[in-house]
Amino acid sequence: MVEPDAHKFDTKSLHAGQRPDPSTGSRAVPIHQTTSYVFDSVDEAAALYNLEVGGHIYSRISNPTVAVLEERIAALEGGVGAVCTSSGMAAFHLAVATLLNTGDHIVSSQNLYGGSHNMMTFTMPRFGISTTFVDPHEPKSFLDAANENTKLFYAEVLGNPGIEVLDIEAIADAAHSIGVPLVVDATFATPYLIRPIEHGADVVIHSLTKFLGGHGIAIGGAVVDGGRFDWAASGKFPTLSEPYDGYHGIVFTDEFGPQALSMRARAEGLKDFGACMSPSNAFYLLQGIETLPLRMQKHVSNTHSVLDLLDKHDAVEWIRHPDHPSHPDHELAKRLYTKGSGAILSFGISGGREAGKKFIESVELASHLANVGDAKTLVIHPASTTHQQMSAEDLSTAGIGEDLVRISVGLEDPADICADLDRALKASQR
Amino acid sequence: MLINLADSYFSAANGGIDLKEMNENDPLVVLIHGAGMDRTVWFQQTRFLSHHGYRCFAVDLPAHGGTEGPPLETINEMADWISSVIERLGGPAHIVGHSMGSFIALATAANHPDSVLSATLIAVAEGMPVHPDLQTAADDNLPKGASFIAGWGHGPDQHLGGNPTPGLWMIGGATAVVENSKPGILSLDLSICSSYEETLQQAQSVKCPTTLILGSRDKMTPRRAAQPLIDALTNPTVVELEGVGHMSMTEAPKEVRQVLLDNFSNS
Ligand SMILES: Cc1ncc(COP(=O)(O)O)c(C=O)c1O
Repeated sequence: MVEPDAHKFDTKSLHAGQRPDPSTGSRAVPIHQTTSYVFDSVDEAAALYNLEVGGHIYSRISNPTVAVLEERIAALEGGVGAVCTSSGMAAFHLAVATLLNTGDHIVSSQNLYGGSHNMMTFTMPRFGISTTFVDPHEPKSFLDAANENTKLFYAEVLGNPGIEVLDIEAIADAAHSIGVPLVVDATFATPYLIRPIEHGADVVIHSLTKFLGGHGIAIGGAVVDGGRFDWAASGKFPTLSEPYDGYHGIVFTDEFGPQALSMRARAEGLKDFGACMSPSNAFYLLQGIETLPLRMQKHVSNTHSVLDLLDKHDAVEWIRHPDHPSHPDHELAKRLYTKGSGAILSFGISGGREAGKKFIESVELASHLANVGDAKTLVIHPASTTHQQMSAEDLSTAGIGEDLVRISVGLEDPADICADLDRALKASQR
Repeated sequence: MLINLADSYFSAANGGIDLKEMNENDPLVVLIHGAGMDRTVWFQQTRFLSHHGYRCFAVDLPAHGGTEGPPLETINEMADWISSVIERLGGPAHIVGHSMGSFIALATAANHPDSVLSATLIAVAEGMPVHPDLQTAADDNLPKGASFIAGWGHGPDQHLGGNPTPGLWMIGGATAVVENSKPGILSLDLSICSSYEETLQQAQSVKCPTTLILGSRDKMTPRRAAQPLIDALTNPTVVELEGVGHMSMTEAPKEVRQVLLDNFSNS
């Protein structure tokens, strides 16, 4: 059988979303550093405002540089569209605020980035949205926690802090069996390692701050619309399937079909909440995405070198990475992540909190900071930094032992990364 | 919205205007989608026309989009159905069809001349042979069927991007529309298209003004395949869009809107 006519992933990483500017010939994506756009006529302005035609009005709602990034991410994920936001947290908020109303409920994986966990535990309840956290390994736990107000299932495809691997298809099937979508955060994986929509996820959230941008220079987020969930048939999403007076009674599913979520998220969420991305940040993030395939290959191969080092090291008690046979989800990872399951790992250091602190103080090449997904290798010891106020007991409930060290493996020569880690591990034991 | 028709309903988009608030004196426009697609492929035209002096309805054919019911099995049955829709909405109408929908529009103009003010045929050809791999993928309800249509259906520009509606990935949108069609529908539609042989005969009996919108980079209904039809119609207007593929409503939305406005005001 012939193959469908489409550019391959690496080509899309460089080109999707952009045709060279016909008036100037600019090959790189221009930074459209402008707040607003001149209308051709009064009639055109009215049509733009009323969503009758596509185009730019004001950069809080859309911007040509940001739009290239949005199309590129949608193309890489296999979605129908994307909306970029000022941060990954803003993307998560935009998705929830577009789909849910006060009184609604989320069933979420418990193994999440702390910020997302916090938002669902403390912040969203102030707006009447509640969440039940469950073990992401069992579709049944999601279903058992669901009630008549449940509007979505949420999980990270590679979780926090143990890099739990989500069986996307199984959880998507569970969600669909009760007429709700599966929304996933795929920040740690990027579309190079997995494309969740192909596995049944309906909406993909990214913090572009991490591997997609890849250089630790710009904060950004994206909501990617898979376009496969039938919002109207579900009957649970009045924001998409019932008239909205904000645009003269528009019904987004009637008019935009599979793109209803993208259109509403922009026309309401970006317009009213205003967490838009700046054109310069979009430019930086686009530069990063151009080399996403090359970088992710190297991130993964360097990670495997680090795993080899840690595996043999006397100062290491345990290792958590799905590509390591000791990981509980190793078999699932082998099936879903044929190119490797990312570049974030954690390990247990002999000697607990004290040794962890010494290790961090002894690394010279790796940077001690609170981020992941930089081109440079990053390390953090949560028990002595981000979680220092917690008791040993509280830490273990959160899945963070006193001995846990997290590494985001960068793109340096693997020998240099390993030498640095080896030196610091030895120092930690003195 | 759902609109009652005889003892059932059909689904249509009309720019969100309450039926009771529509001006009966505004000309009626009916937009007809192609194989395995639905009303939403017209999102760049429907809402615009509805707010520019037309009663515009992008309809879902039976068993497509939001319209229930058994699918129709021939182009002529579909034309009869469109004619009943026009009657229900208060015709006659300007009708606009894309791909399989262009065959339906042609057949409606030929078989129901009193229902039709003008016919615009987008991505039309004398015949529509279907690539055997596409038919096989559709017969097996494989997502690949949608990828074939979206991949071949767009010109080279759209494989790069630059959607006029910010943030939408056009190829992804077309893929999703077709993938979301009901099982078996794409397969049936494609076989209806490939076996339809009445275009020239119908073209000869069409009395209303006709316009063809053809993309210079259309791989599914290539420009040259429309020539026999152009020759068979009486004084058709032919608009060729440079660089555009099979999906000019989304690929060149502004140009298509303008052609439609010109058409409607001239006929
Ligand atoms: C998995 C995950 N999701 C979301 C976020 C939030 O992203 P941002 O920092 O861009 O708001 C982070 C970042 O810290 C993250 O690691």
